[in-house]
Amino acid sequence: MKIAVLSGKGGTGKTTIAASLSASLKPSQYVDCDVEEPNGHIFLNPDIKLSVPVKVEVPDFDESLCSGCGDCAEACRFHALAAVNKKIVSFPEICHHCGACYIVCKTGALTPAERIVGVVEMNGDKTFARGKLDVGEPISIPVIKKLKEYLKTDMPVILDCPPGASCAVVQSLEGCDFCLLVTEPTPFGLHDLKIAVALVRKLGIPFCVALNKAVEGDSRIQDYCKKEGIEIIIEIPYSREIAESYSDGVLPVHIRGEWKRKFARLYDVIKERVSQ
Amino acid sequence: MKICITSSGETIESALDPRFGRCSYFIIADLESGEHSAVANEAVGFGGGAGISSGQLVAEKGVTAVITGNVGPNALKVLKTAGIEIFRGTDATVKENIERYKAGGLEKITENVPSHFGMKNRG
Repeated sequence: MKIAVLSGKGGTGKTTIAASLSASLKPSQYVDCDVEEPNGHIFLNPDIKLSVPVKVEVPDFDESLCSGCGDCAEACRFHALAAVNKKIVSFPEICHHCGACYIVCKTGALTPAERIVGVVEMNGDKTFARGKLDVGEPISIPVIKKLKEYLKTDMPVILDCPPGASCAVVQSLEGCDFCLLVTEPTPFGLHDLKIAVALVRKLGIPFCVALNKAVEGDSRIQDYCKKEGIEIIIEIPYSREIAESYSDGVLPVHIRGEWKRKFARLYDVIKERVSQ
Repeated sequence: MKICITSSGETIESALDPRFGRCSYFIIADLESGEHSAVANEAVGFGGGAGISSGQLVAEKGVTAVITGNVGPNALKVLKTAGIEIFRGTDATVKENIERYKAGGLEKITENVPSHFGMKNRG
């Protein structure tokens, strides 16, 4: 089973919850899809043994063959090619690798060339996998796609998604069986939870909410979930003990057996919800 | 010769728009005939590639110079390839900037500002 942990708002505790769930479940695979800023390794301390470069195809341009017709620039939906004065100017970093330019080029001046945009790294038994987008690269999708080639099928897989609700999140959610929406009782937490709920509903993936940093006297998340008929599957209190251990790179499940049992049970509940 | 001025409105009485890639309008002015026309910039709402697309558009208009506030790295590359000179306009109307250009009173831009510079404080 593939469980995606997402949130909308950043900093709600996606990694804390995804890594805690993975650490409480043996065997399981933790997959860090937050390729712009992967941080699950801080808590799970994997011994990285495998490193696979992520390559994309971008147009290589042979000026001697170019007729300067500009068809390629017109075909490019992402403006990664411009035609000026019968000359082609190429911007490989904003290319979305669709290949339309090769198709429309009549003279063969454009051919696919490789470009490395990031890396996928794993430990020896591949129970920990993460994508890392190279600094300065604007498009994370190819790294997430490559990372997802390594998803295990013989054990539960926990995907730690990027924040937001954009393409990178959609790419991470594709093919997942269940979504855990992590939120916190703040105005931004609720606002972005609503966006995340709209997204997973649109994708038709079953989901529940994990309420992190819960405080007494603030029921905004509970009220919203009740109104929308969404189950809050786990509540983690706003706790100094958890925050302090987090700052030392230690997960809540490693400070108290109670939390480990809670997270192990969480997986059983998710399994039940998926089969319902 | 024709030049292009990035503009906040459709007329030469409008204020200069300091952004190049995502300016509201391009005013194309023919210095010989004194005629001018406005082209709405579709790239304002682009997710990406606004500077590139704007650079290509003004190159297609056959202008020899662009007057604007700032240009980003990609727009600069396109304009340079097209052999278009870039001048830093002043905080005044399009008309006044054309006059200053004619009098040789505008500074030439040879370096770009960082990507998305003009999107600051614009949400």
